[in-house]
Amino acid sequence: MIEDIIQILVLIGMMITAYLSVKSRDLMECAILLGVFSFLLSLEFFILQAPDVAIAEAGIGAGLTTAIFVMAVRKTTRWEVEE
Amino acid sequence: MMSKIVRTQANFLYPFILIFGFYVVAHGHITPGGGFQGGAVIATGVALVAVAYGYDTIKKWIKKTHLTAAEGIGLLCFIITAFIGLSTSFFYNFLANSGLIFGNRVPYGINPGYLNTAGTLPIMNLAVGIEVLGGLSVIIMYMMAYGREVKQ
Repeated sequence: MIEDIIQILVLIGMMITAYLSVKSRDLMECAILLGVFSFLLSLEFFILQAPDVAIAEAGIGAGLTTAIFVMAVRKTTRWEVEE
Repeated sequence: MMSKIVRTQANFLYPFILIFGFYVVAHGHITPGGGFQGGAVIATGVALVAVAYGYDTIKKWIKKTHLTAAEGIGLLCFIITAFIGLSTSFFYNFLANSGLIFGNRVPYGINPGYLNTAGTLPIMNLAVGIEVLGGLSVIIMYMMAYGREVKQ
């Protein structure tokens, strides 16, 4: 019962962060929201009893790709512009 | 280089991330995780310090040639360990239950997990950990170096 509630909350949080990261105009905010999305995904893997995949997701998704996105945004423009 | 708050946090967290990464690598055969996951955690610590201090400071501490060498050494250790057991078959676990290093016999039943078991698997985990640490860190270093060239 408590696992189902935690799972529903995690999935709702993933949907919210994914929607906000698509809609936002601030690219640094998008990178941080994708990091939060990856962290919630690793939590979901852990609830589904795959701790091996959860460690890999937390290391690669929430750590390294967020760092690479932050670096890329710092080297280019921060705000999304209309073409 | 970022603000002093970020640098202090990075200085505080860096040894803990490294210790956790090497723990995941060393206990790869008895707990969840293994060479790839532990190497990714260690590379996350390198990325944290790299983002906090900037490329100009970090390139004096970490050389890209050393990371590339770590990648090559890890892959060489892996393939040499696989070739040593070639007298029976490729990837043969010649150390298991032999009494040498990592060669203890696993007792029957529920146990807390003994490190000195499983034969060649811990050696291969260590090799993959060194290789992934070098590979993912060199991705971070080249990303920072390339961004600088575009800006100028």
